[in-house]
Amino acid sequence: MRESTAWYLFLLAGLVIFVLLSIHMAIMHLDSILLAMGMGYENVLKFESVFARGKQVFFMVMYILLLGAALYHGLYGLRTILFELNLKKGLQRVITVVFLLAGIGLFVFGAYAAIAAYQMKMI
Amino acid sequence: MEEKKGYRNKLGLMGWLSGGRYGIERYAYTLHRLTGLGILTYFIMHIFVTATRVQGQEAWESIMSTLEKPFFKIGEFLVFVAFAYHALNGIRLILTELGVFMGKPQLPVYPYKQSTLRQRPVLIVVMILAAVVIVAGGWDFFFLK
Repeated sequence: MRESTAWYLFLLAGLVIFVLLSIHMAIMHLDSILLAMGMGYENVLKFESVFARGKQVFFMVMYILLLGAALYHGLYGLRTILFELNLKKGLQRVITVVFLLAGIGLFVFGAYAAIAAYQMKMI
Repeated sequence: MEEKKGYRNKLGLMGWLSGGRYGIERYAYTLHRLTGLGILTYFIMHIFVTATRVQGQEAWESIMSTLEKPFFKIGEFLVFVAFAYHALNGIRLILTELGVFMGKPQLPVYPYKQSTLRQRPVLIVVMILAAVVIVAGGWDFFFLK
């Protein structure tokens, strides 16, 4: 992939995260304010509510999208910082490959968790 | 008088912490990187912590009882602050990158306006918005629970 394509994907991922993470943060951390305004969810961290959210298609899809966008944005951002240290070409290539594999690994694990939570049955 | 041997072209810690002659945007940049690294660290742990819900209620409740401690609550709030700053400053960076609110290109005929000064109103607006989000979050985190 051309570096400029990767860079624009980084910006695009940032915008996707802006929208989805704003929703996530509002639900999880502005819950009391939202409840006072007649919106949002109660007891957001109780297992029952975590379970109930995981069973909804909207949240399952949102978690996987957020996971992918945030991993790409975060790891590309860290790669940018490291590349500014004037590293040798070989080391740059190692970093790219390691980050790519780590990103794919974390994505597979996180997406598996989101799908497994979606298919879970209440005990 | 002793002559100095060469010039050590390294600013050390000052190079990271001081904005030098670059102005407030340089501090915004440093903070953007710091918050980015902090959020990435939290996010990778977050993937593993939230995945415990797949192992059922007991696994979830045991990890949540640890994370309810004040140390983690304050840490969580710091992540929220970092999120508010990084998200809104990031919007400014994307707007600047794409040339939005930067005006039409023009010849640098004196007295011209620097590009940093052209985007500075955007910086002020997003910082006010970030402050509002942080205050709302702090209110919810520490006073409404």
